[in-house]
Amino acid sequence: MLLEVRGLKKHFPVGSGLLGPSGLVKAVDGVSFGVEEGKTYALVGESGCGKTTVAKLILLLERPTAGEVLYRGTSVAGLSGSALGFFRREVQAVFQDPFSSLNPRLRVRSIIAEPIRANENIGRAELDRRIEEALDIVGLPKGAGALFPHEFSGGQRQRIAIARALAMRPKAMVLDEPTSALDVSIRAQILNLLSDIQDEFGVAYLIIAHDLALVEHFSHDTGVMYLGAMVEQGPTETVFGNPQHPYTEALLASAPRPDPDHRPTPDVILGEIGSALNPPSGCRFHPRCPHAFGPCAGTDPAPVDTGPGAWARCHLLTENAMEKAE
Amino acid sequence: MAVEADVPAATAVRAGGRRFRVLAAGIPYLSGGLLLLLIVAAVFGDALTPHDPTLLNLRAAFMPPAWVEGGSWAHPLGADNLGRDILARIISGARVSLVVALWAIVLSGGIGALVGMIAGYFGGWADVIIMRLVDIQMSIPSLALALILAAVLDPGLDTVIIVIVVSYWAWYARLVRSEVLSLKERDYVALAKVAGCGPFTIFHRHLAPNIVNTMLVLATLQIGQVIIFEASLSFLGLGVQSPDISWGLMLADARGYITNAWWAITMPGVAIMLTCLSSNLFGDWLRDALDPRRRQL
Repeated sequence: MLLEVRGLKKHFPVGSGLLGPSGLVKAVDGVSFGVEEGKTYALVGESGCGKTTVAKLILLLERPTAGEVLYRGTSVAGLSGSALGFFRREVQAVFQDPFSSLNPRLRVRSIIAEPIRANENIGRAELDRRIEEALDIVGLPKGAGALFPHEFSGGQRQRIAIARALAMRPKAMVLDEPTSALDVSIRAQILNLLSDIQDEFGVAYLIIAHDLALVEHFSHDTGVMYLGAMVEQGPTETVFGNPQHPYTEALLASAPRPDPDHRPTPDVILGEIGSALNPPSGCRFHPRCPHAFGPCAGTDPAPVDTGPGAWARCHLLTENAMEKAE
Repeated sequence: MAVEADVPAATAVRAGGRRFRVLAAGIPYLSGGLLLLLIVAAVFGDALTPHDPTLLNLRAAFMPPAWVEGGSWAHPLGADNLGRDILARIISGARVSLVVALWAIVLSGGIGALVGMIAGYFGGWADVIIMRLVDIQMSIPSLALALILAAVLDPGLDTVIIVIVVSYWAWYARLVRSEVLSLKERDYVALAKVAGCGPFTIFHRHLAPNIVNTMLVLATLQIGQVIIFEASLSFLGLGVQSPDISWGLMLADARGYITNAWWAITMPGVAIMLTCLSSNLFGDWLRDALDPRRRQL
């Protein structure tokens, strides 16, 4: 496993009184998964479920409350000096908004050069070659390096952001909603580009998304998050082809489909996502679940195997498994 | 006029717009030129004037400006109560204004920016302590502070600069802190951390260039304020002391004769006004010119 996350938790204190914080937002509450070398792992879920916080924790932009992030089997929490440099060289990121991820005051070549300059000591000619190479891979002309970010469209800016990450020749890339800020027509281009890059350089992706159609075609494994916790995960075909958790089912049912005769089932999920400040007891999804019954409000269900490499947390599955065992 | 009446109204409006644009395009040259003139006056000062600015000549006392009856081109802007040439004194006083403005802006801007960046970027206790100091500083009227400081220290140019730095650093600290607070949440700062850049690189590559604009606007606005502040201190007798020359001191000297020699108080006043106006206009233009997003407009 190239990149692994174990029991990751991030709690943000809110409110500050004389007696300390008045509450905790449990943005991420015990998430575990792994990204294999050269493969894509997708993290899906609705807004506010903690996907982006997971990305920030992996990139060491936030400190986890508990749990650990492992890269090539080593915990990245206490890294410093050359070990941290190694991690910074091998793991790069592309963020959602290409307008905020490029400094408007720097020319494109300085933007792409930044990670190289921070980590390697190479001559100007070599640096120029690397920048041109990166621009070439993402399909931008050599002359683009001399321009400023505002001279490009959204899709081109996202290409610049990808070129910057690629220039480091990373082993893993964290893609936080890389296409959601782009026009629909540009999304496919960027996704094809990302998937070509993976084929050619064997980069592993952790992609964070709420667009299920994108994930279905793009990722090898998928994890579904709800309110800071993982509710179901496994190979993408298993999760999408045979969803076991009612939340996954509902998510898939609500995704728009390019079929004029398709009528989405109305109101599969009831109400709004719960509050991370005061999450529901037992199974976090039970207040919105159409199948909620006896134990749901009381205990948090344990993961149940639902296929090779796949599991889901739901009391319905626990009960089925127990009936089978009997 | 007759020709203009024949063209359709829309064209006339467009022509008016063009005339306005030409006028607007001239502002940076006009204001920059005036500031340049001030710098030349400050640097070469005494060499430029035929008169010694401190020379008394009682025969010329209260001589009006050249274009007023009784005036002479020997004293183009007239002479004061002791017959000293006002033009020579304004040129000589420019040095004081410029020295005070430059030192005060550079020192208060530098201290304020550094302190503000630390408070904004690192947050926590540093932020709490620095910002409470800023609050305390801003609750003290700067003129009252100036009176105390001038009483403790000897009145003079150094004291003026110290007083201004002490009263103005807090403005920069507060401004820079709020800018840094918003800048440090930008994705490109997060990506710089992901790329492995240290706080120093992030400071000078991502934060400082984006703060310069706002700093520049505040600085150019404050050049005007600082010159007025220096003039007020000198006017009150707490700043530059005679026989040294400053525009504020000239105002103070001429105050008693405002009814019979208006030029003695008006001329340095006009100099102060033009300098402040130029620095404000030039600063506005500079801000736009330095922003790559606006450069094409």
